[in-house]
Amino acid sequence: MSPTITTSSEANGNVSAATARAAASAAASAEAVGPQPVTMAKALNTALADAMHADSSVLVFGEDVGTLGGVFRITDGLTKTFGEQRCFDTPLAESGIVGMAVGMAINGMRPVIEMQFDAFAYPAFEQIVSHVAKMHNRTKGAVKLPMVIRIPYGGGIGGVEHHCDSSESYYAHTAGLKVYTPAAVADGYRMLREAIDSDDPVVFMEPKKLYWSKDPVDLGELRRVHEEGLGAEGTTAGLGSEGRAAVARPGTDATLIAYGPSVPTALAAAEAAAAEGRSLEVIDVRTIVPFDDATVCESVRKTGRAVVIAEAHGFASVSSEIVARVQERCFHYLAAPIRRVTGFDIPYPAPKLEKYYLPGVDRILDAVDDLQWEN
Amino acid sequence: MTISANHAAPHQAGTAPHEDALTEAVKKFGITAEDYMLPARHQIQMVAPDGRLIPEGEQGTEPGHEYPLPGDEELLAAYEQLVVGRRVNDQNSALVRQGRMAVYPSSHGQEACQVAAALCLADGDWMFPTYRDAVAVMTRGVDPVQVMTIFRGDWHGGFDPLKHKVGIQCTPLTTQLLHAVGVAHAAKLRGEDTVVLAMCGDGATSEGDFHEALNFAAVFHLPVIFFVQNNKYAISVPLAHQSVAPSLAHKAVGYGMAGERVDGNDVVALLAVLDRGVKLAREGSGPLLVEANTYRMQAHTNADDDTRYRESAEVAEWRAKDPVNRMRTYLSDRGLLDDAAEARILAKAEDVAAQLREGLSEDVPVDPQELFRHVFARTTPQLKEQSAMLADELARDAAASSQEAGK
Repeated sequence: MSPTITTSSEANGNVSAATARAAASAAASAEAVGPQPVTMAKALNTALADAMHADSSVLVFGEDVGTLGGVFRITDGLTKTFGEQRCFDTPLAESGIVGMAVGMAINGMRPVIEMQFDAFAYPAFEQIVSHVAKMHNRTKGAVKLPMVIRIPYGGGIGGVEHHCDSSESYYAHTAGLKVYTPAAVADGYRMLREAIDSDDPVVFMEPKKLYWSKDPVDLGELRRVHEEGLGAEGTTAGLGSEGRAAVARPGTDATLIAYGPSVPTALAAAEAAAAEGRSLEVIDVRTIVPFDDATVCESVRKTGRAVVIAEAHGFASVSSEIVARVQERCFHYLAAPIRRVTGFDIPYPAPKLEKYYLPGVDRILDAVDDLQWEN
Repeated sequence: MTISANHAAPHQAGTAPHEDALTEAVKKFGITAEDYMLPARHQIQMVAPDGRLIPEGEQGTEPGHEYPLPGDEELLAAYEQLVVGRRVNDQNSALVRQGRMAVYPSSHGQEACQVAAALCLADGDWMFPTYRDAVAVMTRGVDPVQVMTIFRGDWHGGFDPLKHKVGIQCTPLTTQLLHAVGVAHAAKLRGEDTVVLAMCGDGATSEGDFHEALNFAAVFHLPVIFFVQNNKYAISVPLAHQSVAPSLAHKAVGYGMAGERVDGNDVVALLAVLDRGVKLAREGSGPLLVEANTYRMQAHTNADDDTRYRESAEVAEWRAKDPVNRMRTYLSDRGLLDDAAEARILAKAEDVAAQLREGLSEDVPVDPQELFRHVFARTTPQLKEQSAMLADELARDAAASSQEAGK
């Protein structure tokens, strides 16, 4: 028994004012001052460790997340630092992992669980759709489920079948779930901490091809901002990334709307377009649910042209939703129909064929060329 | 082959400093771990269908599978709840026929299971019921009208699960067993001695979450009692199509936990087995699987016709094993229940029935804005927009009808 594990300070009315947040300051001194090259994996790992320091009700579990530190090493060192009661391996059963997390959240914990790969989460679909998404509504808000389901997703890593799915549309379509997906390294830290603090269940989609991408980031500063930003009730409500898209690159001629793994591709396309004299604005959606209509539409009204980019199949997808929303709100500002660059409507291809499937710079620039510039 | 008594995962090592029930039984009776985990050869039965107490050597008990007879006070309390439960079942079925409730999956015939499931728990314990366990939820102390809200149709549930420590009823099968495991796990991590009773039916044991829940509970050595009401049918499909295991309780050994079979229409045996199970679980002996051998006397719901899949002779056979009559005879024969006590209990049952008739005939006003209020703890701009759209629609409808009325 660990006497240090207490009830979540916010969840389900089991108020424990003594929730330990003190240890966070100990970790604060660990990082070097100023921006350093940091990988997405390191940012996510640091966010988990900091959240566990800040709140003893935060628990991490899943498959291979303990001793091994996760197949992508996102949970590296957590068992060593926090013990086997707070970061542990479960039996190999995804529905069990999600269902047990629901019960733990009901009983005062903030579980952060890992689905090892996108397609491995499907056995848990019933728990996610029928319970994670509906418990708060079913109980008229009496039961909150402050849990995070981390899912590495998307392709571009030469993975075998069932390791490269873009499954975000399933979750985004399900009422009652919030769906976050960071693209920038700093957002990896920031958004994971916000997801853990949230009293709503968050499906946290991690673009696995970006795990090893680096940005200059000051993790100490991000931690300070996050922890000082905590309001009186211990939430970052109104201050965070939720429902706030980012302008990843400002531009004037057309808007590229992307999320997760497609953001760097969109940025590369904007860079190439700039060389050809076209100024493209890149919007990083950040949270698919809730969606930031305001920022996206503001950009499209300014530029009058838009291309939506996503790895997932285009049919009945997040990208179709974005096109519909923008069209409904910006029709009179559009100089051309909104174009999409998405994966084909085929099962995710084998590694040697994935380059033909994934949205790339050329395909994006072709779509931009089609935006009726002669008008 | 002998199953190791201690095959807990490394992180659980040292969590049970005392000698657990298994080790004790192995030492005391010289039985193997399998003998302990496998159910006794016969179901545990203490009171026969005719109401007579079965002699001690014939109750199905064996070394390592011994259960003390519950006390008279507990049995009288159980009888009262049996009578109330039966009345509630029949009142609710009547309310469905009168169109005052959408549907009611009755536990008529299973009241002994319902009552024992609630009475074996302490206030701080948790119960995770199925949709057929309304009587168990009520016996646990939840207001009867609140329990029936799910079937009245104005919301998906009517009580606060945290207040009563009862999982909300809903219709997916065995998903709640994993929630029970999570609640028990969280309590264990905080060093609390909470026990969780997780309920499901015989058909539900085919579901994947049944397997995952039992395995998780066993691997993490959690105080969960899995209570299977084997009422013989999953809507129309008989048990033989779900499983060919020797019994459902035999499944326990595959997970490294103990299983037991009990006469599910004998509330005395049910309380004996469940009381001991709860005590052992609280002391740290890990999970337990209890199969109650009972029968769904009525159709699955009012939407079902049970004459299409079972013979009336079978139903009649089980009517003779009725849990309420059995207990009445037993307690009367022992001089514990006189006419005055019986009258008082019947009056109480009538009070609850009246409360249900009143509560469920009420035309409960529904608030359309409630649709958006509880989706998230922190709502979204999209839901705010949609809520405003509905408000506008309703305002225009209201304006139009008042204009109409003014003509």
